[in-house]
Amino acid sequence: MKYTDGKDIFVFIEQRDNSIQPVSIELIGEAKRIAKTRNTPLQVTAVLIGDDTDDLAKEVLDYGANKVVVVDQSHLKNYDTLNYTNVLEQIIKTYHPEIFLFGGTVIGRDLAPRLSARVFTGLTADATHLAFDEDDLDSNLLYVTRPAFGGNLLATILCSDHKPQMSTIRPGVFDKPEKTDNPQGKVIAFNEHFSNDNRVEIIEKVERKVDMVAIENANIIVSAGRGVKHCLPLIKSLASIMGGEVGSSRALIDEGLIDKPHQVGQTGKNVKPSIYIACGISGAIQHTAGMEKSNRIIAINTDEQAPIFNVSDLGIIADAKAVLTHLESRLTK
Amino acid sequence: MNIIVLVKQVPDTTEMNIDKETGTLIRKGVPTIVNPDDLAGVEAALNLKESHGGKVTVLSMGPPQTASMLKELYARGVDECFLISDRAFAGSDTWATSKILSTAINMLDYDLVIAGRQAIDGDTAQVGPQVAEFLNIPQISYIESIDDYKDNTLFVSKAYETYSVKMKCKLPCLITTLSGLNTPRYMHAKHIFNMDAKEISMLTNEDLKLEKSVIGLKGSPTKVFKTSVKDVQKDTVKLRLSPEEAAQKILDTLQKEDGGQA
Repeated sequence: MKYTDGKDIFVFIEQRDNSIQPVSIELIGEAKRIAKTRNTPLQVTAVLIGDDTDDLAKEVLDYGANKVVVVDQSHLKNYDTLNYTNVLEQIIKTYHPEIFLFGGTVIGRDLAPRLSARVFTGLTADATHLAFDEDDLDSNLLYVTRPAFGGNLLATILCSDHKPQMSTIRPGVFDKPEKTDNPQGKVIAFNEHFSNDNRVEIIEKVERKVDMVAIENANIIVSAGRGVKHCLPLIKSLASIMGGEVGSSRALIDEGLIDKPHQVGQTGKNVKPSIYIACGISGAIQHTAGMEKSNRIIAINTDEQAPIFNVSDLGIIADAKAVLTHLESRLTK
Repeated sequence: MNIIVLVKQVPDTTEMNIDKETGTLIRKGVPTIVNPDDLAGVEAALNLKESHGGKVTVLSMGPPQTASMLKELYARGVDECFLISDRAFAGSDTWATSKILSTAINMLDYDLVIAGRQAIDGDTAQVGPQVAEFLNIPQISYIESIDDYKDNTLFVSKAYETYSVKMKCKLPCLITTLSGLNTPRYMHAKHIFNMDAKEISMLTNEDLKLEKSVIGLKGSPTKVFKTSVKDVQKDTVKLRLSPEEAAQKILDTLQKEDGGQA
């Protein structure tokens, strides 16, 4: 949409089974932080959609939102793309938000794009940094930065001609704010009646079998790439001796040599163990994006130029199989 | 069942590197692939066609060289391919891209539209839902399995972070597929033999007739202000060691780390 009287930073409060998702609270905190940086501070308005939401509205205000707009109707209990889009469209048309933030969850990434198409505005996906112009304290143009191509390239995106400026935000990036002792915000009931669009129906919710391999929680990961594909038993043995887990680059997953839950990287898992040993992994950004935050990275590779060495603390130019064989015998001695 | 699958040609990011001087991707010489989530969509469409009859049409937007990817999809067994290509579309963000794709889809017959959940070179996951909105049909994103199709209703399972939800929707609708949905088939010798004979239909803005205000860089609500490279250079100690020395060095590091944690 186009309007010039944009006000407030709006935050979509995502509830599932009447429980507020952590990312929504993180967004309230971050919205309040950037709101204060303006000459005329912006207000933070939370939008809560659901059924029987009184306690949730109170919780939102406890975290410091200036207002919470509540749409409470029985058919809105569970998230539904079409029904929630209809509600938010009306909220945007009524209140003219300057900015609208969503958690980058499965729900946020389903709802926000549909809504942005509906109201003709721009949407930036999966942002990790928000800022206003430091040189123009009257400008409400939001500089939204997001990782691209596996995380090593950062792009800053603007939406200057359309409102609201929309973004989904990656969960876990911003800190959860403290609760305030004396919440000042107020609840605004949005009383428009919405009819139920039931074209998509939920049949049942199914809990997923827990991933038996939780490499995200491992303290040590011994990770295998193309260079060690012929000595995977050695990798597994070492991981086991060290009380760690086996990780893998995508190449070995694609070849079916290691199961998908072990994959580290952009299309796999993000890990940050205390020790990550990259064996025969060249270190394409697809992989390093998922492990560069590890506390200590040891890389073993025969190629001196392998990019994995750029993110490593200790780089060993050697044949990984020979090194690991020695390491195994030292550890089992 | 007429199925339209949206497919993007992407660089194989496992082979991707960044020019640290200019902060841009080195695309030169990088092989391109069919975006993995989209390839799962193609496979799902072919499976549905085999079980229930119909036609599988692939729609892709990109530069002219995208045609080679579409030929490959003929070899996998799709019935018809359209390539939407026009300089006027260059620089389109997801909103403008979705506008263009949905306009092309509206020129065709469809019961089901399938898009990959997200492309590995953008990771936005926005085009599927935006296309569904422009077509004014329901969407179900993050599909991990297609369970049944009967009475013009599709039964699917949608993947959430830690659980799944079984859902159903009457056609027409749009679904977005995850790469784990299935294992794409190989190209079939019979189809490979025929693929060069198959034409790729080109669509330009002369066909779509979209206003300049909704396409390309100018028609895109979002604009890239700048790109930068995250500095991940570390003070790496790089050593050429014998296996014995290397093993010792690793043991030292492990011990140091243990000490640090105590």
